[in-house]
Amino acid sequence: MCNSKMLDGKIALVSGCNRGIGRAILETFLNNGAIVYAIVRTKGSLNDFVSNANCKPVYMDVTDTASVKSLFMQVKKEQGRLDVLVNNAGMMRDALIGMISREHIEQTYAVNVFAVIDMIQYASKFFKRQQSGSIINLASIMGVQGNAGQLLYSSTKGAVVALTKSAAKELAPCGTRVNAIAPGAIDTDMLRSIGDANVNKLLQNVYVGRLGLPADVAKTALYLASDLSEYVTGQVIGVDGAMIV
Amino acid sequence: MTNKEKYEKVFIESFEVASEQLSNLTYQSIPLWDSVGHMNLIASIEDAFDIMMETDDIIDFSAYEKGLAILSEKYDVQF
Repeated sequence: MCNSKMLDGKIALVSGCNRGIGRAILETFLNNGAIVYAIVRTKGSLNDFVSNANCKPVYMDVTDTASVKSLFMQVKKEQGRLDVLVNNAGMMRDALIGMISREHIEQTYAVNVFAVIDMIQYASKFFKRQQSGSIINLASIMGVQGNAGQLLYSSTKGAVVALTKSAAKELAPCGTRVNAIAPGAIDTDMLRSIGDANVNKLLQNVYVGRLGLPADVAKTALYLASDLSEYVTGQVIGVDGAMIV
Repeated sequence: MTNKEKYEKVFIESFEVASEQLSNLTYQSIPLWDSVGHMNLIASIEDAFDIMMETDDIIDFSAYEKGLAILSEKYDVQF
């Protein structure tokens, strides 16, 4: 893992890059020589990368299917290939059973599941032709273990786990690897939004004794994007510090 | 090569059929045009015309003739 350019020359597409885990993956991939198409919704949120020619900001909503198609056409025209897809964009709304609105169900599935399937379908067009590629889906420890108050979020991430395993089997003959990362309690704005008291309570269940950092997840994404993981597919890798839910 | 000739060539090479068979060709009417063959056909068509087809159109692409209509109406391929 000491090679400083593990992704030299690779073309990557990463969604949800404005902050937290996505931003850490973007920085890590850029530092390792990749050209990264960085998807964010808020215009200007990647202005601090403007001097980095390898960072290609794409301002769009991953649930907008026309924009998704245009993006892949853009990558095809500009690069002619794609090596890595990271489906990181996601949303989390917690609610107790009985208080989960239909609107929230549809919105959360649109971002966390439907958009992931759309992205995989377009990316696989590249990967089948090239007979190579790596897809990395961001799941969650909640999608594997479940959690009270998180029926909606955990169900979407459970779907991500399942679709990762199915896509891995279908795309393996095309030289394409599909894996998921299941982060635990990662120190992001999303986690901090639950309040310090709740964060401290969570921390008591993390055997490593600290919250995870976005960089911890990004390092695993780097491994999965690189040729170091060329025989690894269909896996859900926990980055959770031995957290118990 | 005209667009029509390109289109025919993709079918002939993908499904190992003669040009006389093309007009009646439909999805799953021959062993090679199964679901895997369909995805390979779409990939070849996308390469031939430098397009990227939407999922709904890939599903609707149920026959040789239907494909001509989809490409001309939605992807600006003139035949």
